[in-house]
Amino acid sequence: MESVSSPLRCFGECHTAEKYTDDGVETVTSVEQRKVERSIQEVVSVYKQIHSLPPTLLRDQHYQYLKKGLRHLSDAYECLDASRPWLCYWILHSLELLEEPVPTAIASDVCKFLARCQSPTGGFAGGPCQAAHLAPTYAAVNALCIIGTQEAYNIIDREKLLSFLFSVKQPDGSFVMHIGGEVDVRSTYCAASVASLTNIMTPTLFQDTPTWIVSCQNWEGGLGGVPGLEAHGGYTFCGMAAMVILGKEHMLDLKSLLRWVASRQMRYEGGFQGRCNKLVDGCYSFWQAGLLPLLHRALFKGGDSTLSLQKWMFEQQALQEYILLCCQNPAGGLLDKPGKSRDFYHTCYCLSGLSVAQHFGNMDLHHELIVGREENRLVIVFSSLQAPSHPVYNICPEKVAQAIQHFHQLPVPVPAQKEGSSACNTTTDHS
Amino acid sequence: IHAPVHYRKEWADLEPVPQDDGPNPVVKIAYSDKFTDVYDYFRALLKNDEKSDRAFTLTAEAIELNAANYTVWHYRRVLLQALEKDLREEMRYITAIIEDQPKNYQVWHHRRMVVEWLNDPSEELEFIAEILSQDAKNYHAWQHRQWVLKEYKLWDSELEYVEQLLEEDVRNNSAWNQRHYVISHTTGYSDPSILNREVQYSLKQIKKAPHNESVWNYLKGILQDRGLSSHPGLLEQILELKETHCSPYLLGFLVDIYEDSLENTSGDQVEVLSKALELCELLAQEKDTIRREYWSYVGRSLQMKYCSDDPSTTSSAPETDRGSASVSVHQETTCNS
Repeated sequence: MESVSSPLRCFGECHTAEKYTDDGVETVTSVEQRKVERSIQEVVSVYKQIHSLPPTLLRDQHYQYLKKGLRHLSDAYECLDASRPWLCYWILHSLELLEEPVPTAIASDVCKFLARCQSPTGGFAGGPCQAAHLAPTYAAVNALCIIGTQEAYNIIDREKLLSFLFSVKQPDGSFVMHIGGEVDVRSTYCAASVASLTNIMTPTLFQDTPTWIVSCQNWEGGLGGVPGLEAHGGYTFCGMAAMVILGKEHMLDLKSLLRWVASRQMRYEGGFQGRCNKLVDGCYSFWQAGLLPLLHRALFKGGDSTLSLQKWMFEQQALQEYILLCCQNPAGGLLDKPGKSRDFYHTCYCLSGLSVAQHFGNMDLHHELIVGREENRLVIVFSSLQAPSHPVYNICPEKVAQAIQHFHQLPVPVPAQKEGSSACNTTTDHS
Repeated sequence: IHAPVHYRKEWADLEPVPQDDGPNPVVKIAYSDKFTDVYDYFRALLKNDEKSDRAFTLTAEAIELNAANYTVWHYRRVLLQALEKDLREEMRYITAIIEDQPKNYQVWHHRRMVVEWLNDPSEELEFIAEILSQDAKNYHAWQHRQWVLKEYKLWDSELEYVEQLLEEDVRNNSAWNQRHYVISHTTGYSDPSILNREVQYSLKQIKKAPHNESVWNYLKGILQDRGLSSHPGLLEQILELKETHCSPYLLGFLVDIYEDSLENTSGDQVEVLSKALELCELLAQEKDTIRREYWSYVGRSLQMKYCSDDPSTTSSAPETDRGSASVSVHQETTCNS
């Protein structure tokens, strides 16, 4: 195990040389990039002067922020009133990464709340009395798996969930996010994730889905939200992870994907951007960096013998430094970049990315690289001890294994409806 | 000033439905009175499946409070059809909402539905251009634009539009993607004169701003299917650029050309391999160190695949002999990037 108390990469002599070169041609892109670099430089120089300590994950502060949020949120969260299962998942997963237990009573309250978010026609909605939607469905199932009690598992109506998935399935292999809603590659990940965890995959459910996902890979090597769109970290993670779940990752051009994602790490900031020539954002610490373990495993499965045995193919130390120095709110919670507000989404994905950056694993191996204090170490989001050894679901591997074990004791429900049919009794919109 | 719904005469007959989070709520949002008021009545409407004008009006209020509430948007669409509302007016409404909140999924999806129902895309390209003038990389805007172009076959002026955007910001990766989209869906890249035009355009942009990653990715993207090493004179042009317009992207591009040459040329490739390995080493150790692990891997892979020695006897196992190939390398003039 390697522990880095010094030197920090961002303190190095060569670090300043990594700043953006605009070739004397100023455009909106270069102006914005330089602004961010200046703010990072500011953070780093303040850190140099004030702190003699190694970078520290503010565990207690994050814990207090998360603990409170699990119960109460200010009216600033009205905009997430249709995403409350997400709030449950982001907070529970963050607590899980920090190895903070969730008291039994709260866990049970979360279960009961998510039960109220479940739609009578299957799937979960953004809140009670709302329509089912694949994103809160993904979040709810993940949250329930993190809780991992019988009560949690029993909340999920598997038969109805399957019929919901069929109701949003499209003939071309894609899924709409909800009845009358939009199509994009997130939906395939949400569907594949919940179907595999709860053991409701049928032979036809994901027919043509891998081909559709492949069509989202573009000239840049990454994936866009739908075919034709610009390659984007969030969508690329969703597409790749879905393919891994479906066992079809080899259908993608893995070499191009690898080149694209490796190129998304910012040489100065150390964090990742979501798209080429855009700005760094803490959440891409997971969506982008999380691709590297998936690619590593896929390439290994494909017979590649030149893969590293100790490191992912990104600069793990640099990412950890970015997160620890630039993405923490001193009062708790994590964020996009300096100057932005904290929120639970960024808290979840910055911490998830930090875990990926700290832990390397490939089948029997586990190699750690912890920047800063020992106590910064987070729980792994994948397991090197058992399959799946990759951050596909972004919940801790013990919980994944436990859920899969539980649901595989149950029979796969028999689908009652064919794909494309609406579960809704009001007018069907086309999507 | 918000007049609570429960004070409005026309709502007197309807009993609002409070949100039921249960006895011990979690992630409980401290809704404002206004929010609670509007959504209590929205829930009542939904419960009764009421299809009325007052319901339609209320959806706008609910949307204003949370434009991401996809249930409300769906309901509004149901009402638009059931009440045979004026879709032109709905276009005006959705235009204003998108201007105000252009980074929301639901608003763009709603606009798409209305355009489809009207079967009228005539305002779209101008509207999207207006949104892009405020944020030239808005992902939803580009998604909507690509849908309009394809669905209604409105390709004629799009390449011109892309060029205008690239004039304004040659680093706009969304615009480069759109360039690829338009050409792919119109002329395609098979025609050598088109391909050459694009290569020349790219090289021109590279000379203006050599450290613009987008253009290098575009150049690779359009040539890779045919094979980078098959394009006549390209390697020479790049090597020439290396003297005056070097960048990590140029060096990476050279690696790609050499790799393609190794893949697709028969005969002795020892020189090419050694050049490729030297570049990987240079990138890993000096020019692109943030990607050190990646470039080291590329070097090892090339060596494994193309080294004419027995691969199992070479010294470069991943973590040990970092970077230095077992093949002797010539020192090339270092790059002045």
